[in-house]
Amino acid sequence: MPEYRPVQERSRSFFPLFERKPDNQNATHYCPGCGHGIVHKLIARAIDDLGIQDRAILISPVGCSVFAYFYFDTGNVQVAHGRAPAVATAIKRARPDAIVISYQGDGDLAAIGTAEILHAAARDENFTTIFINNAIYGMTGGQLAPTSMVGQKSTTTPAGRSIWNEGYPLHVCEVLNTLDGPAYIERVALGDNKMILYAAKAIRAAIQAQMDRRGFSFVEVLSPCPTVWGKDPVAAQQWVRDEMTKVYPLGVIRDRDPWTHPIPVPPPPFAFPSGAPPLLAKPDEPVDYRIKVAGFGGQGVLLLGELLAEAGLQAGLSVSWLPSYGPEMRSGTSHCHVRLSSEEVDSPLVTNPNVLIALNEPSLRKFLHTVEPGGWVFFNGDAIPADCARADVRAVALPMTSLAVQTAGDAKATNMVMLGVVQQALHLLPAAAVDQAMHSLIHSERWLAIDHMALNAGSHRYQERCHV
Amino acid sequence: MNPDNGKITIDAEGCKGCGLCVEACKPGLLSLSGRLNHNGYRVAEYAGQGCNGCGLCFYVCPEPGVLTVYKLVAEGAFA
Repeated sequence: MPEYRPVQERSRSFFPLFERKPDNQNATHYCPGCGHGIVHKLIARAIDDLGIQDRAILISPVGCSVFAYFYFDTGNVQVAHGRAPAVATAIKRARPDAIVISYQGDGDLAAIGTAEILHAAARDENFTTIFINNAIYGMTGGQLAPTSMVGQKSTTTPAGRSIWNEGYPLHVCEVLNTLDGPAYIERVALGDNKMILYAAKAIRAAIQAQMDRRGFSFVEVLSPCPTVWGKDPVAAQQWVRDEMTKVYPLGVIRDRDPWTHPIPVPPPPFAFPSGAPPLLAKPDEPVDYRIKVAGFGGQGVLLLGELLAEAGLQAGLSVSWLPSYGPEMRSGTSHCHVRLSSEEVDSPLVTNPNVLIALNEPSLRKFLHTVEPGGWVFFNGDAIPADCARADVRAVALPMTSLAVQTAGDAKATNMVMLGVVQQALHLLPAAAVDQAMHSLIHSERWLAIDHMALNAGSHRYQERCHV
Repeated sequence: MNPDNGKITIDAEGCKGCGLCVEACKPGLLSLSGRLNHNGYRVAEYAGQGCNGCGLCFYVCPEPGVLTVYKLVAEGAFA
């Protein structure tokens, strides 16, 4: 018996079984003759050949290829519509050794995600984008895409795309080629055997460019959508070859010379310009305050948060300050998220605070239930309203606005009374750090004096009477 | 008679009968059979001989694992 060995077989970068559909775990969800399957195979083959399966991260988009993570045995992140370049940027920057392959269709990349891809390319982010252009919205049922060709029929252009009404198709490669950023741009097609073999080469070259840290690499693949085009798979393949390539010419559009454009050396880490105030020593105990400050606009909610963050910075902590407010500068609701941590801050968002600072009752009602059990609640009012009290948090209620009027002569100093109360209760930050922060953020001498009075009043009042 | 340089196998249950491999095979050794698989697709079928192992059918097939292409191991060759 003659002996045979396999030369072309399922890539190692695919899962051995696809778990999405229990009844057929050997097939993808794509329609017969779909270009996605072919491009998946070319990407998987490139990953195999380049030996990067362990560090490849595939970004799957919204569209027919949303389920790519069921197929690729690599890192996978499925992202919001059009946002793959933003997520790819984050992943590549956080994990520079990962090989990030962003996979997007034309409805995703060239419509809702146009801004993301333009800016990622302009920033010359070092990841690879594979752009599937089938000139139509496939998954949603055949609407006109930005890449649909003039005269092409779709459900939203039953008489064909008209330059008078829908204008001209978007040539993404050519648009990106106007930018200085990209290192590699090529357009290929799945129009026949030879074109498919070229496409394999292009995808590999783009990933190789990323591995060589040459910068942004981009491959557009003209791809058939037999089902939505209403053609059989062979006719659809021919349409790619004969019609699409007329509008979208194939070839290498950019292959930046690595010698004339050397790989940029990353800048040194940020340092304060000379003259910055010296940082105080780090606290001995680990600190992780997740603070939410809330009230109505004009109460100094954001300033209070900024002061806490600034003082934390002075005290040598990692900090973040994330404001959230309506369009009104006064009287709308506003809140901010503050983190003070002896570790690196992973997210500036505070969903479950361990310290809630509520400057009015609506804010208390809105956020009290989000406070972590065992956390602290500071409320500007005589008492926590009985109908929203919680037994598992430590609550402090004081009429801080009237205290501000009595002691500092201005209700606007309510936020500083609050700061005094919080400081006295928790000893969040060294007094010197708070003082430094006030000096750097409050520029008027008059207000600095008022705010100091209010701060002291708050801390004295807390000492006199506190827990409710 | 010398054995063929190549051969292929087709997983009939994964095949969707798109016919791209039939179109791609230069010697014309592939066809859509009259047999339906459990999904109701007419599956691609290899004539059984004549394959030279070029692998084009593999590249045009949209399914990752349906087609496998083999090549003859030359007699006396070291593995």
